[in-house]
Amino acid sequence: MKIITGNRLSDGLVVFLGSDGQWTPALERAANFADDAAKTAFADAQLRVEEIADLYLIDVDDAGALTGRETLRESIRKAGPTVRLDLGYQAGA
Amino acid sequence: MYRYDEFDATLVAERVAQFRGQVNRRLSGELTEDQFKPLRLMNGVYLQLHAYMLRVAIPYGTLTSQKMRKLAHIARKYDKGYGHLTTRQNIQFNWPALVDVPDILDELAEVEMHAIQTSGNCIRNTTSDQYAGATAEEVEDPRPYAEMIRQWSTFHPEFSYLPRKFKIAVTAADRDRAAVKFHDIGLRIHKNDAGEVGFEVYVGGGLGRTPFVGPTIREFLPKEYLLSYLEAILRVYNQQGRRDNKFKARIKILVNSEGVDGFANLVETEWNQIKNSGVDLPREEIDRIHAYFASPKFENLSGESKTHKAKIAEDKEFARWARTNLAEHKTSGYSIVNISVKPIGGIPGDISDIQMEAVADIAERFSFDEMCVTHEQNLVLPHVKKDDLFAVWSALKAVDLATANIGLVSDIIACPGLDYCSLANTRSIPIAQRIAERFSDFQKQEDLGELKIKISGCINACGHHHAGHIGILGVDKKGEEFYQITLGGSGAEDAAIGEIAGRGFSSDQVVDAVEKLVDYYKNNRQDKERFLDTYRRLGAQPFKEALYDAA
Repeated sequence: MKIITGNRLSDGLVVFLGSDGQWTPALERAANFADDAAKTAFADAQLRVEEIADLYLIDVDDAGALTGRETLRESIRKAGPTVRLDLGYQAGA
Repeated sequence: MYRYDEFDATLVAERVAQFRGQVNRRLSGELTEDQFKPLRLMNGVYLQLHAYMLRVAIPYGTLTSQKMRKLAHIARKYDKGYGHLTTRQNIQFNWPALVDVPDILDELAEVEMHAIQTSGNCIRNTTSDQYAGATAEEVEDPRPYAEMIRQWSTFHPEFSYLPRKFKIAVTAADRDRAAVKFHDIGLRIHKNDAGEVGFEVYVGGGLGRTPFVGPTIREFLPKEYLLSYLEAILRVYNQQGRRDNKFKARIKILVNSEGVDGFANLVETEWNQIKNSGVDLPREEIDRIHAYFASPKFENLSGESKTHKAKIAEDKEFARWARTNLAEHKTSGYSIVNISVKPIGGIPGDISDIQMEAVADIAERFSFDEMCVTHEQNLVLPHVKKDDLFAVWSALKAVDLATANIGLVSDIIACPGLDYCSLANTRSIPIAQRIAERFSDFQKQEDLGELKIKISGCINACGHHHAGHIGILGVDKKGEEFYQITLGGSGAEDAAIGEIAGRGFSSDQVVDAVEKLVDYYKNNRQDKERFLDTYRRLGAQPFKEALYDAA
């Protein structure tokens, strides 16, 4: 399964494409795509140039949890720097 | 300190206005990310893991209190209350919003600063010795030359699209604090046998995936020819450097493929064509630039300060700091103060807005309004009266900037690594923190003496691991962080590239591995020998055995 992620254009913060078609900061609310569907969704998302920078796909398992080689990188993106727990999404709103 | 003239001010203001327009066009979707990326990089704006990053140029690291306060203000108003000092003597902010960047750049321009040439395939911020203008070791102050290079290279039309980035460093002392032999061009100001002052020119040094110690292509370049000679080197590189493969595009690859003599001949041929054609600066311009760096008006003081001596006698902590963090000043009664930005367990080079303001206040009051960022991610107050050292230390201590560890095992260079950087394979900062914590006892650190540990989170080597006495390189092993150790590197005048010790260590093992090396050194050193000297005397083998011994 795949999730579409990128950095929000205006401020660079990490976002995921949600099931409702909106960008969300919460990985848990991201839409999970089967590999084929991911390609189409990714191509559509790439057209939203005024919303997002540096778009790409990441691997998740069937339960929507990060998996694969980039798990550490993506878990740090999702949460924030491991050396500054007061920064990034892990710090809360 | 450099000064902007009307041209500089106009140039920077126009660039900010231009970038503001580009940002607006990007935000409206008129520009795609692919179109915008090279434009933002030309203005120091990167996109990292969590957010944009803005790298601000600090010419050869030198700052006034006004500039430092502006950086503190930017950290507070537009970022998350801190900045990160880099190995090019710059500062970077990790969380600016793209929409705010034009305003940040306007604010920087108010204090003669910008983010130009902090990214992209151009000539980057020229670096120098952080003791410049303060140490008796130097033949001359290297900063005027760094400034000439800065003015020459800024928006140089011929060199705005080089095969790859290009880094220059200048020193004027035998003790190299600027890692000049690991630069695309390193310049060492020295006197020849006739007593004339000029440059030894190293070309093609570098770290990254293909490290080289820069060879000398010219032993002595009369200093009036600085710019024409640099221009000749850049011309040869611009025309003949590889553009087909990013990993083979740095000048070091060209120097290596042509051979040192072959490359030097190409440069000499080019130089002979341009050397008296008006590239070099006229005498009055050279004098004008030198005048910006005139020595402050030092008082006539005795070499010994009674106040300082008394404080040393009564405060052990201060005495320790005075032993580890001070360096000899050229003027009697003054000291060079090193401010460690490496608190035990902290993040190397991270400095808060409050700390920036405190350092600005201290520099204004006690160091002729000067401070300097070092390539080892620390700060220097170049001219402090010995009588004032205790007051300076106390003020630094109040903001947690009085760690007594300059050049010691916990004074570690670490790249941002996977905690911030989108290129990294592994984290670097947590390893630096854990090593510093392992060796946190200051007496033990001091007993170990100079020991340079440098950590990179990927092969690009931003953490200078090749130049570490002990270097640590993070590698990704099937999604797990592994760390390879290199031994015997040096970024100083005895420059050397560390040798790989053997198989890598997991994140859990790597600090123990470092401790084994340090223990071996401690048990086998002679007299006051540094780690590096013991390693050089005994060779790699016993250190490898210590590292991989089954016990």
